[in-house]
Amino acid sequence: MSPINQQKQKHPLHRFNGGLHLPENKSISLTLPLMQAAIPKQLTVPLQQHIGEIAEPLVKVGDAVLKGQMLAKPQGYVSAPVHAPTSGTVVALDVLPIPHPSGLPAPCVVIETDGKDTWGDKMEPIGDYMQTDLSLLRERIRNAGIVGLGGAAFPSSVKLTPGLDNPIQTLIINGAECEPYITCDDLLMQTQAEKILSGISIIRRLVGAEKCLIGVEDNKPEAISALKQTVAEHELSWISVITIPTLYPSGGEKQLIKVLTGKEVPSGSIPAKIGMICHNVTTAFAVAEAVMDGKPLISRYITITGNGVAQPRNIEALIGTPASELIAQAGGYTDQVYKLIMGGPMMGFTLASDEIPITKASNCLLAADKTESPDPELALACIRCGQCAAHCPANLLPQQMYWYARAKDLEKVQEYNLFDCIECGCCSHVCPSHIPLVQYFRFAKTESWAQEKEHRAAERARQRHEAQVARKERKEAERKARIRQKKEALKKPIPKKPADDKSPVEAGDDPKKAAIAAALKRAAEKKAALAASGVTPKNQDDLTDAQKRAIKKVDDRRTIPETDTTTSEEQGG
Amino acid sequence: MQFTTISSPHSDRPNSVSRTMLLVILALLPGAAAMIWYFGWGILINMLLASATAIVCEAISMRLRKRPILPVVGDFSAILTALLFAVAVPPLLPWWLTVIGIAFAILLVKQMYGGLGYNPFNPAMAAYVLLLVSYPVEMTSWLPPAMLNETPLTLLQSAMVIFTGTLPGGLSWDALTMATPLDSMFTQLDQSKMVSEIMMNPLWGDFGGRGWEWVGNWYLLGGLFLIYKRVISWHIPVSMLASLLVLAMLFHFLDQEAYPFGMFHIFTGGTILGAFFIATDPVSACTTKKGQLVYGASIGLMVFVIRTWGGYPDAVAFAVLLLNMAAPTIDYYTQPRTFGHGGTS
Repeated sequence: MSPINQQKQKHPLHRFNGGLHLPENKSISLTLPLMQAAIPKQLTVPLQQHIGEIAEPLVKVGDAVLKGQMLAKPQGYVSAPVHAPTSGTVVALDVLPIPHPSGLPAPCVVIETDGKDTWGDKMEPIGDYMQTDLSLLRERIRNAGIVGLGGAAFPSSVKLTPGLDNPIQTLIINGAECEPYITCDDLLMQTQAEKILSGISIIRRLVGAEKCLIGVEDNKPEAISALKQTVAEHELSWISVITIPTLYPSGGEKQLIKVLTGKEVPSGSIPAKIGMICHNVTTAFAVAEAVMDGKPLISRYITITGNGVAQPRNIEALIGTPASELIAQAGGYTDQVYKLIMGGPMMGFTLASDEIPITKASNCLLAADKTESPDPELALACIRCGQCAAHCPANLLPQQMYWYARAKDLEKVQEYNLFDCIECGCCSHVCPSHIPLVQYFRFAKTESWAQEKEHRAAERARQRHEAQVARKERKEAERKARIRQKKEALKKPIPKKPADDKSPVEAGDDPKKAAIAAALKRAAEKKAALAASGVTPKNQDDLTDAQKRAIKKVDDRRTIPETDTTTSEEQGG
Repeated sequence: MQFTTISSPHSDRPNSVSRTMLLVILALLPGAAAMIWYFGWGILINMLLASATAIVCEAISMRLRKRPILPVVGDFSAILTALLFAVAVPPLLPWWLTVIGIAFAILLVKQMYGGLGYNPFNPAMAAYVLLLVSYPVEMTSWLPPAMLNETPLTLLQSAMVIFTGTLPGGLSWDALTMATPLDSMFTQLDQSKMVSEIMMNPLWGDFGGRGWEWVGNWYLLGGLFLIYKRVISWHIPVSMLASLLVLAMLFHFLDQEAYPFGMFHIFTGGTILGAFFIATDPVSACTTKKGQLVYGASIGLMVFVIRTWGGYPDAVAFAVLLLNMAAPTIDYYTQPRTFGHGGTS
């Protein structure tokens, strides 16, 4: 350990409830150095690698593309572009399997690579990023397609545009990497500390934070000393590199903020609410690359590990490289391979096939054997031992939530704060009855969303229905009122009409009807005048019978008394 | 290459129900061995008989419920129930009472409610109370501890007594048995004797009955092991023992001759066994930490109340059953503050 790590840390740390000390298994992928992945024959670049709107393709099949060329542009504010990771030809624009927990395919651009790796028009490097206009930096980050690389893949440009209501004081940089097996952030911090810190400086300018806390788990001493050394070299006194205890899931955004500052992000809210913003170290690195080198996000570090792969290691791979290709570059599968997990063992998801590309958010491919990731054992009844609650980092009562989720009592399960569950998997891991608790909570969340949607639709329908009933009642009341009026009018002795009154309207007191009568009279007079002058309206001269009938129909309808007309809307009711 | 897909987490899970139950059984063994040492082979016979009955009852009910038998019998929960029952009942309890008790515990208290995890009451204690209410004489006929027992029975003699009711030649039932220290204390207190007067009897050791207090120590050791292994949390045993101790000390302080001293309550009867092995039965206890404190303290209170003013000598079983009923309500009102909901931020 370098001397810089031995200085006593003054920053006070805090604890979240529970958490797990898991077997780390990190060293297995750190024995070999980082490797540059060879360019695969084909790259499959999904159009949606981020939260928000899918990107809109700018290329078509047959187009030649150059490295760094934008393949699809963002649609809407919360969206991100995707770029060609290398040069080649677009051979397909199709719905293909992507790495997603749902296993559903999504639109992708398939590029047949040419192996030349020719750069297209590179974005201009912004050297004086500490002076440049902020909007220019944001535009660059957006155009570079940078998304949160810690896993959520939320477009960074949006996050780097803080609202006026919540001024940011503290920038939190997440280098915890708490999931077992994964080491790509560790390696990045060890080798690219300089660039990470540049990225942090840019991010700090954009959000206007005073200070920055970098949280790194104490199982990464080399990364910590690399960061500390670089901070010391550049005299960045506003950055504190803080060693935190290794405890899963301290890399969860809310958990990390709690550990570093003791503050809790309010439920259902974002860190900005308490004056903080959290970015991953890899995101900071990508921001620096985009701003300083003009390089869009087209590659990333990824850990290929597990007992199911021959030479576990970290690889810098192009986005869109098939998982099978990366496994092959890590020496291929061993005989024991059983499961292929994208992400870590706790929160990653299994892939049904390795013919799936990696995306911006892919940090790990874990080829696990049966001992590392055995099949779930038969789930027994909950014995209410409370181990789940004791380990829950959100301080929930998973056993109670499970009870209600199982009963599909969604209201009750939400009362137990279902939506504060971060799905870290601690409860499932410790459950002696092997109940897949997280799965139950995902189910309850999905059902709740569906129910909420249904509720909203039903509410809209109800409102529409009520408005319609009210309108019908009003019309009916009006109609009855008119009939009553008419009846009363009939009961009265009919006043003697003046002989010269040619108006066809009986109720002469209605101004509307009077106006219609007047208009009709004017029209008749005009017609008479025309007839007298020998001119007839030409446009009605040579009409077909059908057209004449149609005109007559319209004329008839116009003459029908107003009270009998009903709008189509009402008939439709 | 194709792979199986399973929902996360994908980790190797270290815990299991059978492991939990086996650890509890393991922790129970020192105390049980001490009981055999002090009270004879009858305890061992009861343990074996109760376990066998429990397995048979569990198998029968699984058969009736059309469910696989092996995973359920293999979780060791029925055996744990049987062992807890066996160490709570008198050593020479007639075999058919053990069978009735365990059948009641497994078939009615446990499986009728849906099996492990669904029973609102602690099966061992429900069975104990059923027998205590129905067969008070048999259930309170204890043997004296080894150091006071002039006619210790051999394994065969014990088995004869339990299975056939035949006493060894020349022995009467009254000569063989003896009231428990707890029982004799409160019976004599009812007869207006003073605590110091009662304690003169050679039956008494430092804190509780001779022999009994050592059994308590061994149970305590097992309980601490369970806390160390995180099978149980400290909340229930500590709050239960603390509330019982504080109440007993308070009353002893008020009248030293009418109320036995604090440690007496801890080291007599089933207090230690109850605090670490029975009140902590996760299925029927509270699950929230705050709730466990309330639950444990209430059991301590009930134990003191029933022992001091109630009609039955030992009160742990009654207190546990009463609080089992209250557990869901206590849990409801003692939910922890979820992360991000008010509080510190």
